Amino acid sequence: MINIFQVAYKNLLRKKSRSGLTIIGIALAAWVLVSLLGFNRGYESALNKDIDNLGFQMLVTAKGCPYEAATLMLKGGTGLRYMKEEIADIVRKEPEVDEVTPMLMQATFDPNKGESGGYNAYLGVDPNTFPKMKSFLEFKQGKWFTEPEAYETVMGYEAAELEQREAGDMLLIPEKNVELKVVGVLKRTGTQDDGTIFLPLKAVQKIFGMKDELTGIGIKVKKEADINKFEEKMYKLPDVQVVSLSQVKQTIMTLVSTAKVMVFSIALIAILIAVVGVINTILMSVMERLQEIGILKSMGATAWDIFKLIWLETLILCVTGGIFGTALAIATAKATEVLIRQLLPYAPSGGLVQISFALVILTFGVVILIGLISGIYPSWRAGRIRPLEAIRSQVE
Amino acid sequence: MNEKNGVAIEASNLSKIYHRGSESIAAVDDVTLSVKDGEYVAFIGPSGSGKTTLINILGCLDNPTSGRLVLAGRKIVDNGENLSEGKLTKIRREIFGYVFQKFYLIPTLTVLENVMLPFTFYKKPGADGDVDRVLKLLGIDHRKNHLPGQISGGEMQRVAIARALVNKPTILLADEPTGNLDTKRSKEIGEILRDLNEKVGLTIILVTHNPSLAGMAHRVIELRDGKIYDGK
Repeated sequence: MINIFQVAYKNLLRKKSRSGLTIIGIALAAWVLVSLLGFNRGYESALNKDIDNLGFQMLVTAKGCPYEAATLMLKGGTGLRYMKEEIADIVRKEPEVDEVTPMLMQATFDPNKGESGGYNAYLGVDPNTFPKMKSFLEFKQGKWFTEPEAYETVMGYEAAELEQREAGDMLLIPEKNVELKVVGVLKRTGTQDDGTIFLPLKAVQKIFGMKDELTGIGIKVKKEADINKFEEKMYKLPDVQVVSLSQVKQTIMTLVSTAKVMVFSIALIAILIAVVGVINTILMSVMERLQEIGILKSMGATAWDIFKLIWLETLILCVTGGIFGTALAIATAKATEVLIRQLLPYAPSGGLVQISFALVILTFGVVILIGLISGIYPSWRAGRIRPLEAIRSQVE
Repeated sequence: MNEKNGVAIEASNLSKIYHRGSESIAAVDDVTLSVKDGEYVAFIGPSGSGKTTLINILGCLDNPTSGRLVLAGRKIVDNGENLSEGKLTKIRREIFGYVFQKFYLIPTLTVLENVMLPFTFYKKPGADGDVDRVLKLLGIDHRKNHLPGQISGGEMQRVAIARALVNKPTILLADEPTGNLDTKRSKEIGEILRDLNEKVGLTIILVTHNPSLAGMAHRVIELRDGKIYDGK
């Protein structure tokens, strides 16, 4: 027993090259769609990851306190302001907060540094939370300290170069006459971390006599949280100032949104080209088969039967094209990524083209929609032909 | 068989007028005729005499401008008022099988698939059991897995006839069925039509230019200028 699907499929085999070319057209549209949407998704998430890797997106410091080591140096190691450690606990309880890391910055004058002496910046950090938050920091040697009160240090790349220290060496804190064991040296990051000497928070508080005092709290905000609202909330805390990366992130994301509009426009153009191609192919095929459609109607096919047959032919073309296109996009994802990396002035680290199952399903949905929409007109034209007009249409 | 009165087709004063500018052309002009169940009628006449237009009207493929048409007791056209296309489709598939000069087989479907094609849209109860019998009757059962491109013209027309017969029509309309065939194949098709009429009891309406094919019919009706020509 032959069914309407087999008839539609075998009809398409009659003009193999034309059906093939139409499938290629749809496959290319599907390929562009999957690759562009995959890129859009991958780029956004890679960028997000890069921004998140900056560590904390927000820094709360005591009002007037310099929050960068460079500022501290310019001020001659003075001007530090403090806040109580309990503020860190208050912040931690906020629902928008993902992670909090308390810090205490101190500076000492080292007469032996350079020609006329210089300042060393020490940053006391929490060994439990700080390394996690700055997970992108890589070690040239050694690793993070583990004991919360250990007299150990991890040196930034430049600090270690300047002091000529390696993991295992000892480092003296001038003025305090305390010796620290260097347990790690970081790789170069290009940030102020390069010149910083990291110590466990409790050790800094003890050495400098600053029990329960902090100079700053690093905050990582949950992805879904409204950073601006949270920022306002932080400003309400007494005697603190807030430094936020949210503006930077928002600016980048606005740029990404602009790129998104472009990406969707290109995808839309690809879809429109595919739709026109499919309509053309099916309409041509209908016009060539007018007499045959007349015969089918004389056999008892209703207008709806003919509509279904032609619509099914369109759908078969589109679904086949969709399968090939998606497979092509998955197969060429790596090559696409290499190409995009060469073309983009700035490409974040990580996978730039992310093709997920949801994206594949979405593409199939779009391709089937292309088929349904582009099949309507030719199918309707074919369905409304009267049998005699069709049979007579090309009679020699 | 129409048990009510034994009349398959009853046409009264059927006309089909075409207008070309201010000129009116009657392709079928006031034709009245009646075809009995199981009758084999052949329409002959020169080109343009209205044979094909008449058979198309009788087969519900075309609408007359005026007149009355009753098929197997069912009123199809009354005073030029036609049934809707949907109702005509139902009547076509229940009553008629059509055979044309061109075979119109789908080249990518096998002989069997082409014959069974009408079932894709409509199947009379019990009709599918008849397929093998029809293929045998037309002598193409050994060709059922071939594609139309692999068989001869005569065989292709047999496939077209088989396709017209699978849904058990009561009337077979054949418009120049041998127009594309040589003398030998034409004779074979003629014999098949005669057998279908004599052995199966099928009512057959035939349009042909072929005198020997027309000669096999019970009744030959000659048309001239859209009218039935009675020799006067």
